[in-house]
Amino acid sequence: MTGRSRAERRLGWLLCAPAVLAMLLVTGYPILNAFWLSLHRFDLRFPEQSQFVGLANYASVLGSEVWWRALSNTLIITLGSVGLELVLGFALALLMFKATMGRRTIRTVILIPYAMITVVAALAWKFAFDPTTGFVNALLNLDQAWLSERWSAFFVIIFSEIWKTTPFMALLLLAGLTLIPQDLLKAARVDGATARQRFVKITLPLMKPTILVALLFRTLDAFRIFDTVYIQTRGAADTETVSIVGYNVLIARLNLGLGSAVSVLIFLGVLLIALLFIKGFSAPLTRSGGQ
Amino acid sequence: MAKFFYLHGLFLPLAVLVMAACDQQQQSGQPVLNWYVFDERSGAFRDAARHCSEEANGRYRIEFTPLPSDADQQREQLVRRLAARDPAIDIIGMDVIWTAEFAQAGWILPWPETTAANATQGMLPAAVTSATYHDRLWALPFTSNAQLLWYRKDLIENPPVTWDEMIERAESFARPGALQVQGERYEGLTVFFVSLLASAGGSVLASDGNSVSLERQATHKTLSLLRRIATSPAADPGLAVSREDQNRLAFETGNPIFMVNYSFVWPSARQNAPDIAKNMAWARWPSVIAGQPSRVTIGGINLAVGAYSRHPQMAFEAVTCLTAADNQKLAARKGGLPPTLRALYSTPAVRQRFPMADTLLETLLDAVQRPQTPVYNDISLAISHTLHPLADIDPETDGLRLRRAVQRALRSEGLF
Repeated sequence: MTGRSRAERRLGWLLCAPAVLAMLLVTGYPILNAFWLSLHRFDLRFPEQSQFVGLANYASVLGSEVWWRALSNTLIITLGSVGLELVLGFALALLMFKATMGRRTIRTVILIPYAMITVVAALAWKFAFDPTTGFVNALLNLDQAWLSERWSAFFVIIFSEIWKTTPFMALLLLAGLTLIPQDLLKAARVDGATARQRFVKITLPLMKPTILVALLFRTLDAFRIFDTVYIQTRGAADTETVSIVGYNVLIARLNLGLGSAVSVLIFLGVLLIALLFIKGFSAPLTRSGGQ
Repeated sequence: MAKFFYLHGLFLPLAVLVMAACDQQQQSGQPVLNWYVFDERSGAFRDAARHCSEEANGRYRIEFTPLPSDADQQREQLVRRLAARDPAIDIIGMDVIWTAEFAQAGWILPWPETTAANATQGMLPAAVTSATYHDRLWALPFTSNAQLLWYRKDLIENPPVTWDEMIERAESFARPGALQVQGERYEGLTVFFVSLLASAGGSVLASDGNSVSLERQATHKTLSLLRRIATSPAADPGLAVSREDQNRLAFETGNPIFMVNYSFVWPSARQNAPDIAKNMAWARWPSVIAGQPSRVTIGGINLAVGAYSRHPQMAFEAVTCLTAADNQKLAARKGGLPPTLRALYSTPAVRQRFPMADTLLETLLDAVQRPQTPVYNDISLAISHTLHPLADIDPETDGLRLRRAVQRALRSEGLF
């Protein structure tokens, strides 16, 4: 390492320092505090009865069927929505990329759902799927109480999520598409590659870093899903997610110890997902990694 | 900088509220008492607040501040703010099940002992009990409520006396949905269970409120009955998601024969389905054990004074005014909320709104409390999560599961 690059590096750190410091202040303290709380029996209703219980709260959460059900529900929603969003997002990204006419209009229209507040979107779809007030049953000629049964409720939740966040996926993928050198595609075309071959052999491999980053972001988001489920089912019909469980324990039952244990476990889940992507699929989180 | 924004995001809404409250006071120079209570739509509560503000002769003004419509969300908003010692909460419209929790946490002030006996004079004993915790009064009962049995008198001559009889008679009509009860996984399911259990002679907690009772025989009988109701051909196909309001709507279609529900179904049916309403009759909830009157869960609102209020003395005075006979009569007449003062059940104004006043009063005099414990919310969740869906109850194993769940809830352990 030369003196210059060392100086560069130091400058880099210096430039990052304020942001890192702010992040530590804002996120580090609450995380440590949550971990500390999770080792105690601490109920906001009986603040004087707090005591250190070690890992008992974790044992209590991990030994509960509620937690594992919620985790499997969360994974169902995560995989269901992220998988479909990738396919749809890719299609939309290609559309935005290829559009020669009305490019701006198309982009704006596609982005509208993403600009909406999740709670509003969730409520709108809840009303849409409602048997008495909604248009979905009328449209499909069904008589289905969507949100009262588990799988149909999952369908509505996943549908709302997809509707809401596909534009985000499309936007990230569009950014990736614009980075592909057009010469490569032209050369392949001259060599007689079909459209499908060009997509599979050139576009996809070059897009891999972008796809992985997009998937990582969306998976982390989807794993923490709260508002859509809270608005649409409140976790009834066996659609509780880990965040809903955390909310119930922390906010409704004011059990800070147990609730913090749930929060820390969700945090570990998020960490695991990130590690899996970065180490397992070597998702590039720095520019140099993807080249 | 980031920290500054973070703090801002947290306290800004609160600060705005507090500042708004201060502002009001500075403008008018008189203290404002904020009365947080569920969003009563008829305007009866707003009128009561106005009457009592007038009665105070300018010493204070009561501001009616509506909370969300759903009881869970009301409680969540209140406890979040009370836990943060919000001084803007002066008077709280407490659901009867919050008394122990709010008192134990120190979020409400106990009623001054010197005036407690006087303030509850002539009130229904069960309503006073619902506002009492550890032998002290923490709030004044304002409105009350309990379920009755509603049936179709054109199809049924005499109301059934026991649940078994009612199920049999409902089944004889060979209509799915002939019998309407609350089966969704929510507070209403706990209410239904507690009423049946009390009618079977059992209770959820022992009298000290710190240990599980769930006496074996009564619990077994209750669970068997719940299973029988849910698996009966007369049960509603949507039982697992039916709440009071779904029951009401179903009854107005003319299909059901029996329904257990609150008195709000009466004015509603008269408005929406006059043909059904003219054949609608009421009776006391059926017994579980023949010859023993049923015991139904008491509901309603008690008014308490927030522990962090800037004007506690004025707030006590305001609560005394708000719960006085005139305002209770108003809440009954205009809002359809049954009073807690016994004498009002024989006044023409109330009887006109509640033709079922006598049956309701009898029911309320025999009413049962939901477990009076600071961890009631946990216990209710434990009960409704263990018993839902009712059709899958196994009286043998679920008795034990229920006992374990309630035990865990009492120790604030475990998830549900």
